[in-house]
Amino acid sequence: MSGVLPVAIANYISLSAIIFFIGVAGVLLRRNPLIMLMSIELMWNAANLLFLAFARVWLNNAGHVFAFLVITVAAAEAAIGLAIVVTVFRSAQNVDVDEVRTLHG
Amino acid sequence: MAWRDFENAAPGAGWMIAFWILAIVLIASAMWVISASKPVYSVVGLLVHFTALAFMFITLSAEFLAAIQIIVYSGAILVLFLFVIALLSSGVAPFSAGPNRLPKIGIPAVALILIALGATVYATAHVSLQTPAVISTSGARMLSTVGFAGEADVFGSVADFGKALFTVHLLPFEITAFILMVAVIGVILLAGDQTPYVASRKRAVAVQRELREAILRGGEE
Repeated sequence: MSGVLPVAIANYISLSAIIFFIGVAGVLLRRNPLIMLMSIELMWNAANLLFLAFARVWLNNAGHVFAFLVITVAAAEAAIGLAIVVTVFRSAQNVDVDEVRTLHG
Repeated sequence: MAWRDFENAAPGAGWMIAFWILAIVLIASAMWVISASKPVYSVVGLLVHFTALAFMFITLSAEFLAAIQIIVYSGAILVLFLFVIALLSSGVAPFSAGPNRLPKIGIPAVALILIALGATVYATAHVSLQTPAVISTSGARMLSTVGFAGEADVFGSVADFGKALFTVHLLPFEITAFILMVAVIGVILLAGDQTPYVASRKRAVAVQRELREAILRGGEE
């Protein structure tokens, strides 16, 4: 038995790249920090998709383990990011990333 | 006929159709996430995205990670987002509508993104990856076997994943635990009680009184 995918791996790579760059566009173009955090989640997920596609092609579940690690890191990042948003809102009553510029100098 | 019988047969058209439908759903929901006017709508788009991605994981024989995707992302992270949105939206309107105010950065950024995207798609369409048949003849080791869903040790099953997690890849698993601990401590420090930590109870009462007086003085100014 082989590990041949029903769909060529290039399709998975392209799809992952498209989702990743949609996430990049979200981070760069939006100024709502919550939507920026969600765009970061999109980027994590694009990386995960690639991990699992390559794990499937090579039939090696190291990709699964590292996708698991990525999911954990994404959860930790979301928790800390949202805590920062709440803290900033508590001190500034405003979470517009263009308005919050105290550390900008 | 098992649902994963493409292992034994020629690549079926059904899987290809599933891939394309899921790809369209993934891209459309991702676009919806970054273009929605309110964060709540973005959360709905993200829910659709995560669910479609879980189905995509199933087509890649990653059953356990599909379940994890639903539980962790749709169950935990999205609820966290919803809590924060509900918390910040009460009373005041802290979110300003509309896109970023920085078109000077935005337009080159979008151009750069499109160039990078085109380059990636072009490269992947022209790259010739080794097929697993080539790999196996060149002596590389396949760690898992392929088989029908529900069998114990097939690739991507819970048993297979768990065995890998607790034998070969134990270090990433332990790093995972450490990362979660860092996240818990960080969140408690950031969003928890704002009173500074003091060792003795007597001193704590004094610090609390000073804080209260400082707040009162600040209110009078």
